[in-house]
Amino acid sequence: MFFWSLVLIAVGIFSSFIYGRSRIKLNSKKQGTKSKSLPNYYAQYVLMWCLFPALIVYFSWAIFQEQIIQNIVISNFEFIEGAVYNEGLLLAEIRNVANNPSFADGKSIEIINAASHYSSLRQISQISFYTSIIIIMLLGALYASQKLKPEFHAQHTIEKYIQYILIFCSSVAIFTTIGIVFSLIFESLRFFAEVSIFEFLFSTEWYPFIPIREGQTAAEGSFGAVPIFAGTFLVMVVAMCVAAPLGLLTAIYLAEYASQRVRKIVKPLLEILAGIPTIVYGFFAFVSVAPFVKAFGQSIGIDASPTSALAAGMVMGVMIIPFISSLSDDVINSVPQSLREASLGIGANKAETIKKVILPAALPGIVGAFLLAISRAIGETMIVVVAAGTAPNLTGNPFENVTTVTVQIVVALIGDQEFDNPRTLSAFALGLVLFVITLFLNIIALQIVKRYRERYE
Amino acid sequence: MSNSKILANGVDVYYGSKQALFGISMDIKEKEVTALIGPSGCGKSTFLRCINRMNDLIEICKVSGSIKVDNEEIISEKTDVVSLRSKIGMVFQKPNPFPKSIFDNVAYGPTIHGLVDSKNELEEIVHSSLKKAGLFDEVKDRLNEPGTSLSGGQQQRLCIARAIAVNPEIILMDEPCSALDPIATAIIEELIDELRLNYTIIIVTHSMQQAARVSQKTCFFHLGELIETGETNKIFTNPDNTKTQDYITGRFG
Repeated sequence: MFFWSLVLIAVGIFSSFIYGRSRIKLNSKKQGTKSKSLPNYYAQYVLMWCLFPALIVYFSWAIFQEQIIQNIVISNFEFIEGAVYNEGLLLAEIRNVANNPSFADGKSIEIINAASHYSSLRQISQISFYTSIIIIMLLGALYASQKLKPEFHAQHTIEKYIQYILIFCSSVAIFTTIGIVFSLIFESLRFFAEVSIFEFLFSTEWYPFIPIREGQTAAEGSFGAVPIFAGTFLVMVVAMCVAAPLGLLTAIYLAEYASQRVRKIVKPLLEILAGIPTIVYGFFAFVSVAPFVKAFGQSIGIDASPTSALAAGMVMGVMIIPFISSLSDDVINSVPQSLREASLGIGANKAETIKKVILPAALPGIVGAFLLAISRAIGETMIVVVAAGTAPNLTGNPFENVTTVTVQIVVALIGDQEFDNPRTLSAFALGLVLFVITLFLNIIALQIVKRYRERYE
Repeated sequence: MSNSKILANGVDVYYGSKQALFGISMDIKEKEVTALIGPSGCGKSTFLRCINRMNDLIEICKVSGSIKVDNEEIISEKTDVVSLRSKIGMVFQKPNPFPKSIFDNVAYGPTIHGLVDSKNELEEIVHSSLKKAGLFDEVKDRLNEPGTSLSGGQQQRLCIARAIAVNPEIILMDEPCSALDPIATAIIEELIDELRLNYTIIIVTHSMQQAARVSQKTCFFHLGELIETGETNKIFTNPDNTKTQDYITGRFG
């Protein structure tokens, strides 16, 4: 149904465009004056008045239709005295019968009646949907066509409308962010109503299992997130130990030593590394690196677990190399050539120039790149889900398995969980912490990079 | 008559397939100021940058011919570029102090070349270099402030101090005053006049008045060729070549 209505709208805007164009030409001919804007702008004006009201109708129908129909069906349903109904199941049953009459066998008469009611409502809705789209498009075009006079500045109006459209588009992202933040905060508040915030932030015991049924003899859950933060931190440190030197040295090579030809090949290759889906890194970590780490641990006499902070961290480090190298490369490149010449002109060699002039000048930007990489590392999920394990160990030993904030969020949300128990809600609290940390890291990093830019441009 | 310090012979420079200099030969005397003048794009800066091999930084730039500094060939694979550049200081068109303190800017050269053994010695070199560059009195109370906080003219003198701190014999100046106001320019010109006593100076300039004021020898470049070279007085009053005549009287360029 919604496909055909799109076709309808397309036909509408096409004909409104043609109509607007010919109408303004006709009008200006009649008056014998030239129109203030080109005919196309008048045509676009009619088109917009035709399109946007139709789109509003379209989307409100798409969003509300099903809900409204269901409400009507349920409110008219002949409930049998004394029987217990689950509304969701009942609706599903009614819909099934309505969509597929062969399901009607063996259903109660109330359901069959409701199903036919449902079908008829849908038909009415469909017809009124098409009619209202056509009417609204005609009304829009009619309103617009009254303005089609040569002295009307169609171009100005169009530009104003375009500005509104642009503002709308950019506000979608902003409002989505705000919405996410608020939902995080509210769900976290529900969590903290049941679990004290001090326990969450300072206790070292993470055991998020609570009795599901009454009288079940499971232990009381405890929600001390310290081991999770520690695990996240440990994996991040391992990742940065890999990525910081490799990324920075790559950047120095690319910016200062590599010839144009090498640069042209290597830089895109590195950026491809950033495009590999992280789950692919995940099984790479699990299948290749983790067994290697375990074998290596055994060879030096450390009992390594099959999934470990080291394996996950190393692979994550490889994943964020391109972030660091690409950003640092840009930063190093934006150090003015005149500083290089000054240093070389005094007789410094290349290594001295890089070490004493270029890196200090680029340092703020490089720190910014590192911070962005860190925030990427602690927000990373798939690699650690697969390769770091799920045991909340409070340990500094990278050969043991640890768990991270992101992993615990995944664990908390997987499976059949009611949304009002603390185990599920803990995901939101963890998510909030993660969000706050990465937000601050990003703000600091961007500030540093910005200040640095101001100094050299 | 003083000795030859730099002797260029048939220097050709190519940027890729485009030839920028055509067989430049030049004899630059010790402890004199030689000015290179000519319209934009005539190759005077390119020639200047051959003398301390700064053109090496440009991948597509190829230099051939011969330049001898103190009778040693420098256009050669075997040349030790680092020691060459420590002997030849350079001052650039735009003041380019490092984003370090004033002190560290001047101390940079002596430190990397290992010219000093103690802190006191380093301090002495820094102070004397700043004095020679005529900047010491203005900055002696704020040696720890960043070099970039100085005014344009002061920054340029800081760059001169930085260049002479490694005790070079030759100073190359690539339009050192083009980014400065007239007062700062006058100070630098005076400074050049003083420095001439101890250093061989080659200055590229767009301003013919400046060339006339500070230099003893002048070389006129045009379209990659060295048109005329001689005593500054003669070039500006009675040049042999009509192109030189046209340029200095402002008929083109």
